[in-house]
Amino acid sequence: MFTKIIENFQRARNSDFLYSFTKSPVAIISFFISLALILGAIFAPFIAPHDPFNPATLNLMNGFSAPMQPNEFTGEIFWLGTDDQGRDVFSTILFGMRISLFVGFAAVAFAMVLGVTLGLIAGYVGGWIDAAIMRIADVQLTFPGILVAMLIFGIVKGFTPIEQRDEMAIWVLIIAIGLSEWVQFARVVRGATLVEKNKEYVQAARLNGRSSTGIMLSHILPNVLGPVLVIATISLALAIIAEATLSFLGVGAPPTQPSLGTLIRIGQGFLFSGEWWIILFPALTLLMLALSVNLLGDWLRDVLNPKLR
Amino acid sequence: MIAFAIRRIFQSIIVLLVVGLVAFAMFNFVGDPVDSMLGQERTDADVERVRTQLGLDKPFPVQYYRFLEGAIQGNFGISYRQGRPVSEMIAERLPATLELAFVSAFLAIIFGVTLGIFTAIYKKGWAANIIMTLSLIGVSLPTFLIGILLIYLFAVELSWLPSFGRGEVVDLGWWRTGFLTKSGLLAIILPAITLGLYQMTLIMRLVRSEMLEVLRQDYIRFARARGLKDRSIYFRHALKNTLVPVITVTGMQLGSIIAFAIITETVFQWPGVGLLFINSIRFVDIPVMAAYLMLISLMFVTINFIVDMLYFAIDPRVRLEKRGDEK
Repeated sequence: MFTKIIENFQRARNSDFLYSFTKSPVAIISFFISLALILGAIFAPFIAPHDPFNPATLNLMNGFSAPMQPNEFTGEIFWLGTDDQGRDVFSTILFGMRISLFVGFAAVAFAMVLGVTLGLIAGYVGGWIDAAIMRIADVQLTFPGILVAMLIFGIVKGFTPIEQRDEMAIWVLIIAIGLSEWVQFARVVRGATLVEKNKEYVQAARLNGRSSTGIMLSHILPNVLGPVLVIATISLALAIIAEATLSFLGVGAPPTQPSLGTLIRIGQGFLFSGEWWIILFPALTLLMLALSVNLLGDWLRDVLNPKLR
Repeated sequence: MIAFAIRRIFQSIIVLLVVGLVAFAMFNFVGDPVDSMLGQERTDADVERVRTQLGLDKPFPVQYYRFLEGAIQGNFGISYRQGRPVSEMIAERLPATLELAFVSAFLAIIFGVTLGIFTAIYKKGWAANIIMTLSLIGVSLPTFLIGILLIYLFAVELSWLPSFGRGEVVDLGWWRTGFLTKSGLLAIILPAITLGLYQMTLIMRLVRSEMLEVLRQDYIRFARARGLKDRSIYFRHALKNTLVPVITVTGMQLGSIIAFAIITETVFQWPGVGLLFINSIRFVDIPVMAAYLMLISLMFVTINFIVDMLYFAIDPRVRLEKRGDEK
């Protein structure tokens, strides 16, 4: 058991993957920035100096404190300032990032499962099923993803009962963004499956009498995962931006569960009255998050599949 | 050519029928319009009256037929939220969106092509490097953040330009334009830049890479050997041959400009159809959503069709490939 772990460790240390990682400063920096942000989001309840959603701990006198300056009434110091209700901006960003990242990861996971399944079926089974799936994908690709996400959000929101719309908004967002991003996965997996299904090992498995589902899952799927991983990373950046955009437009995360986009939407109201920190810091966080994930995805694409470049 | 055109028209009609089905399904299965129109305080007589008014008491096939009939005539029923005909609401807001889209596309093409040529010719100069780096940042910034940044710089800090609305408009009967007043022209600057920036960087990068590709070719070297002036080589020999992909990509981008106008219109409170659509989603106003969906798919399908045809007409290679496919 131990030898196996050590062996795996040795293999990882000598791999091309790690080598090209250590040789790319962009990859290293974006990896550590994403990691820091993700950890910050996960451990938000422990890191955040204040609980922004517990009205008992809020003091209205702390409202509009500028960053790093003692409040004129209470003398308390907030790193990144406070909003109109005295909520610590740093804490709301940590909790907002939690929602942004949760929606991003969940939406990409949903899109991945859906896209990979449909792509495998389309590529392996072929015939009219393939034609139907790919036709839908083509039609959806004609429209920009964000528009598709907005429409699906509106439709699914219509199905949820009025009392639950705010609570369900996060899940509706996940479905909407997930459904707007499955096409890339399906297309790539279908293409790879078409190549793989005619290879000898698949024919051998078929002669062995394995079922189609078994062949798809245990033989073809592992061989098409490389590009899927690349698309997933790039989709994550897209999903985070899509979520922020929808929430900013007011058709996403509700003010009771603010994501980074909702925070920017709230902050926009204070732009004219001079409280720049309420909008600047959430916007910068969103930028860092999207940019670092995006750069990481680009790097991953170059390493895993030079052909895609 | 004709066979290709017919096939594309056929495909477009199928797309529109599918979208129409989605729109109709939204009418039938999403929420209860009577609830959203009347709210909680109502009598049974009110409910009956509204149901008859909206045609909800008829059987399913009749409703579907009515929907298709109405959609073809541009009639999408009455907005649940405002109680006015949807076609009227869209018609009065469409000019605002089209003017914004037109100005953005114009800016994107002019600046995109100019900067693309510039960065291709002086590819190692410091100015070209700065432009390329800025364009990378521009691509990764979400549209709404660019809008907010511009508002902060030009409306809040410098107070040169208005931050919301269309300014004064002149009513031409069927078209209300902002182009004829000073405040209208000032008001369109920031939204148009916000909306066109992404397309501009896209066109710029495309023109640059196509130019670099063309400038490597032999006929450019021959043109130099013949002693032609640089300007003549760049514009008459090189640029001409980069235009095919630029036209197609620009055409395709027209559709996304109209779609992304939703975001820009919300940031700048621009009274166009995008803002109408966002509000309809927020309040689950199905007729408006369905009408917008149909309208924008019609635009997309038409633009794609025209671009395909243009491509076919301009580039003989596409024609040969298509023939090869058919055999």
